[in-house]
Amino acid sequence: MNQRSHAAEIKASSVGKSFGNFWALKDLSLDIGRGEFLTLLGPSGSGKTTFLMILAGFTKPTTGRLMRDGRDITPMPAEDREAGMVFQGYALFPHMSVEDNIAFPLRVRKASGDVIRRKVGAMVERVGLRGHEKKRPAQLSGGQQQRVALARALVFEPSMLLLDEPFSALDKSLREQMQAEVARLHRETGTTFVFVTHDQTEALALSSRIAIFNSGQLLQVGDPREVYERPKNRFVAEFLGEINMLPLSGLSFDGQGANGAFEDRRIFVDETGGNLSGKDTLLGVRPEHMRLVRSPEGAVNALAAMPTGATYGGSATRLELATRSGIKLSLSVPTDEANAALASEGPVWLTWAPERGFLIPPSA
Amino acid sequence: MAPLLLFLFFAYAVPFFGVARWSVTLPEPGVGQYQALVLDPLVQSVFLRTFRICLFVTIAAVAAAYLIAFVLVRGTPLQRLAVEFCVLVPFWISVLTRAFGWVALLSNRGLLNSWGQQLGILSEPLALVRNEFGVVVGMTHFLIPFAVFPLASAMRNLDERVLLAAQGLGASRSRIFWSIFVPMTLPGIIGAALIVFVFALGFFVTPAILGGGRSVMVAELVYLRIFQSPDWGLGSAISVTLVVLVGVLMAALWRFIRPRELAG
Ligand SMILES: Nc1ncnc2c1ncn2[C@@H]1O[C@H](COP(=O)(O)OP(=O)(O)OP(=O)(O)O)[C@@H](O)[C@H]1O
Ligand SMILES: [Mg+2]
Repeated sequence: MNQRSHAAEIKASSVGKSFGNFWALKDLSLDIGRGEFLTLLGPSGSGKTTFLMILAGFTKPTTGRLMRDGRDITPMPAEDREAGMVFQGYALFPHMSVEDNIAFPLRVRKASGDVIRRKVGAMVERVGLRGHEKKRPAQLSGGQQQRVALARALVFEPSMLLLDEPFSALDKSLREQMQAEVARLHRETGTTFVFVTHDQTEALALSSRIAIFNSGQLLQVGDPREVYERPKNRFVAEFLGEINMLPLSGLSFDGQGANGAFEDRRIFVDETGGNLSGKDTLLGVRPEHMRLVRSPEGAVNALAAMPTGATYGGSATRLELATRSGIKLSLSVPTDEANAALASEGPVWLTWAPERGFLIPPSA
Repeated sequence: MAPLLLFLFFAYAVPFFGVARWSVTLPEPGVGQYQALVLDPLVQSVFLRTFRICLFVTIAAVAAAYLIAFVLVRGTPLQRLAVEFCVLVPFWISVLTRAFGWVALLSNRGLLNSWGQQLGILSEPLALVRNEFGVVVGMTHFLIPFAVFPLASAMRNLDERVLLAAQGLGASRSRIFWSIFVPMTLPGIIGAALIVFVFALGFFVTPAILGGGRSVMVAELVYLRIFQSPDWGLGSAISVTLVVLVGVLMAALWRFIRPRELAG
């Protein structure tokens, strides 16, 4: 079963869900490609689980429609959707052995004893549970329970696998191990994966695309690099990681890009602007794209700032800085460089390439 | 805690030791009464009937209570309210009143038989009381609420996501019920069954009224031995046997309830 015969393609159009007069999900339109690894990312209560439950068929959307491979599946009940699901907390059957848990979807489908034995055996092997087949879920560690949940959800070769924060209960190293395993399972099965998390590092590492949610709204969808380096708004920019933001004044656009004033410097950005009005616009630059230099000579964009503090972080140190007008910035630099900057007692210079900056529209 | 233990000691333990002493001293010292108890065909048949009745009552009450608890936990708010009302109201009516209520309903000239005859369904009245059937009906009715509570709590503790998981894996409703829901509430079923069985063993009023003296159960036999024939020794020996049986069952009950509490 190395090759999936079929991976689902999903089209959600204007999907909304209300509980009473509270909208947990608002007018969501999203296409999920065949065999893609889509991550739903957002803070707690943003509607990620609600959307996953709608995909699985456990929740009926209040508005909108859901198409799978061109067929309307909005009214289709969960038991007919052939979607594997891994729940937060795994939801294993506590009264069944590991083997019986994994065999359950096959038994339900009335597979023959032979087929069940073969597929369960292969799945047990694949998720590394050999030797634990006869145990009950309560006798397993968190990581092993996780593997049972994955095996049970994949054994019937679903056209789509839905995972709701599967790693939130695991410690860091186990989590990284399981992430690698899920990535491998995705490669091997070729099935469409929809993965929920509120951990942006996890999302960036695993996904082919990321959908960012906030307050029931889909803010942006794109590949990890796109959403990280070209966030559409301030929320996305801040949610995906550290960001330095500078208010630009007198923003003007030309054919190549845009430029605006910050304090006494002119700042250039490789962005054509689209619908930006030019007022209250922020320039965003990821800290790792800014460099600490001695002089602004030869740099397109440069900025003077005073080091104000440093936080030691092992492989790198986080240097805190403030510009003349009091805008706070942070930078991740080698520890020695941070110490030297702090010792210099004068302003230091930060530079970055115009293509590293992006414009953030004023928040509504 | 201490005053309660003291009260229980004087109210139950002391009298029980008195009864236990009678069982080995009356009419003369020795275990003669226990030998008589084992050999006496009447006592044997009463114990046998008691177990038979208790078994039927347990099965009927737990099955009914399972349905009631299911609606109570998973029904719509209106269904819940209705069921709660129906379960709680009988609690406020004394066991005596309820037994006579069943007589009024089931006796030869009771509601069921007279309606049946008027409508021409029955040519002659069915014997619904003054036999084991009547006893089982009355006792089941009385004991259902006691089974509802452990079952409802087992069902409440069940993780909803496990049922969703089963559904998502393609299981039909009946499949989910029989292979997930019932096994996961099994400790509750066993607990409820033991509670009902133990309560049923000691029943007195209901069998006395609905059995009409023909379906004598152990508790009634003790009463007869002590107040009517007077044979205090045998009566005491029967009591002690009953208490020991209940004790053994309670120990089993404890074993089944404990792991569930620890897991929940
Ligand atoms: N059955 C329900 N009844 C009422 N409100 C609900 C229900 N289910 C979800 N909500 C609300 O909808 C919103 C979105 O919930 P959802 O579970 O989708 O969030 P989430 O993004 O998965 O959050 P988390 O990361 O905490 O799991 C929340 O405000 C939640 O309180
Ligand atoms: Mg959630």
